[in-house]
Amino acid sequence: MSGIVFLKDICKSYRSGDEEVQVLKNVNLTVEKGEFVSVLGPSGSGKTTLMNIIGCLDVPTSGKYILHGKDISDMDEVELAGIRNREIGFVFQNFFLLPRLTALQNVELPLIYSNVPPKERRKRAEEMLCRVGLADKMHNLPNQLSGGQQQRVAIARALVTEPSIILADEPTGALDQKTGAGIIEYFEKLNEEGKTIIMITHDVNVAKHAGRTVNILDGRLTEGEIIQ
Amino acid sequence: MIIECIRMSFVNIIKNKLRSVLTMLGVIIGVASIIALISIVQGATNNISNEVIKLGGNKVFVNVFGTALKQGLTETDAERIAAIDNIAGVSPTISGKATVVYGSKVLKDITVEGKNEVYFNADPELVSSGRSINILDLESKNQVAVIGSNIARELFFGINPIGEKIIINSLTYTVIGTLRESAGFSLSSTNDTVIIPYTTALRSLGVKNISTLDAYLKDTNLADETILEIKGILNQAFNYNEDAFKIYNMGDIIASFQSIMSMMSLLLAGIAAISLVVGGIGIMNMMLVSVTERTTEIGLRKALGATPFAIRLQFIVEAIMLSLTGGIIGLVAGALLAYLLARIIGIDVSVSVSTNLLALGFSATVGIVFGYMPAGKASRLNPIDALRSA
Repeated sequence: MSGIVFLKDICKSYRSGDEEVQVLKNVNLTVEKGEFVSVLGPSGSGKTTLMNIIGCLDVPTSGKYILHGKDISDMDEVELAGIRNREIGFVFQNFFLLPRLTALQNVELPLIYSNVPPKERRKRAEEMLCRVGLADKMHNLPNQLSGGQQQRVAIARALVTEPSIILADEPTGALDQKTGAGIIEYFEKLNEEGKTIIMITHDVNVAKHAGRTVNILDGRLTEGEIIQ
Repeated sequence: MIIECIRMSFVNIIKNKLRSVLTMLGVIIGVASIIALISIVQGATNNISNEVIKLGGNKVFVNVFGTALKQGLTETDAERIAAIDNIAGVSPTISGKATVVYGSKVLKDITVEGKNEVYFNADPELVSSGRSINILDLESKNQVAVIGSNIARELFFGINPIGEKIIINSLTYTVIGTLRESAGFSLSSTNDTVIIPYTTALRSLGVKNISTLDAYLKDTNLADETILEIKGILNQAFNYNEDAFKIYNMGDIIASFQSIMSMMSLLLAGIAAISLVVGGIGIMNMMLVSVTERTTEIGLRKALGATPFAIRLQFIVEAIMLSLTGGIIGLVAGALLAYLLARIIGIDVSVSVSTNLLALGFSATVGIVFGYMPAGKASRLNPIDALRSA
């Protein structure tokens, strides 16, 4: 057992009526610290379910998941919330910024749930927004920002708790080609700084920027080559 | 985290101004009606009980019906009652109807009461101008009268009545004083009464017996014992005929009156509380809509590490803020309404601190009770489903 993310024989099935649908079939995946891994697969391949399990939003039906040395497999809801807060930085396709909060308040949000005192919270959020290059947009509401800027706010929000992994779900899906490329570039930069990134995408051109690509198809994971 | 919850709730309430205000309206109306009703009833209670207290909490009231042989109390009976240890004084009343004449003005069927100095001593402010009947008037059976405010107005419009002569049942009396105007609905209104010394009344009114007697107690705690003593004397006077008289302890009457009024105000508040429940249902409805609308937000917060408790807290805080804001507005509106109505009716209002706290406590409880279910629904949302719904 090694790596920051360690998945062993993960199975996940849902009941749909009388039928049992197996979405993930014996998935094994190890991600080392500092890696940039993309999970590539078409829709319906089970990649979202895999992301949910890696992101501790869902628990596997069977198998073992160890994140940063902690066994996640049978944690309860409250413990999982704590793990998500400390260990995982989510970046979503639709950014999911709260529309009524400023960029700064959005970045502060995860720190509220780890009980960081207000002053420090603000300081850390400000630093993080400076790092993503939005020092002058801190007090803007999300709808006053471009898509790329919104996604950078979301990235700042993901980074602010200094999580073990950044988990990005189609981070360029809602952006145009050029802006998307900028975001991917930013991920590469973060990776160079030592961040562990797992990116889920259906886009080969996006996936190839990662250091390593794994393919998912019909709930099975294969390493290496890109399947077109 | 509470502070964050309050801030977020504030942002959300402001964002949905119209909806929030409409939702709050239920609570506003509920609280306002509770405050207004309780304040007015309490004000009226105070007014009326003040009147009743004026009748005397330290007074035992003896009403004599008499028997065939003896129609009322004699002076000797009154003196025996006055001699009881715990009695500070007795004021007998001899009552009759008479025609009162001043110059060309004639008032028929006027209540003329014979009383003594004890009656006037019990309430020093009873006489508003002139003097009261004193012991000398009683001893020399003076033909003097103290007249009620309506009588004074009708007979002596524009004239100072003091020193004027009036004729009661063909006898001339000198007006020595006027009585303070008492509230129209007062049980003890003396506005239409003429009071003369009771010794004079025994001679002139054609009434030979004392029909009512007020005994003033020194110590109200000993009221029961004293009443037993009075009863003993009256039993002797009327040969143990219990139907010949009745004794009322004004203290008891006041206490039972006050308990009736407080029960009534509770009853009214209970009715008003129903509207608060309706307001609460409104809040629950809005919170349920809010949870549905903010599914994505809830999912995101959960993904960022919010525990179910944190989500539940946020929605409950929001419900409490809605109901409490409504409560505060309702409080102000209710107090204003109470003052306005009191002005119109002409009574004092009493908006007590305890009523206000009660209403605020009620509205906060409404927030907790009716926010609990929607908040629980929010806290149980599966983050995956919540995020997918976007």
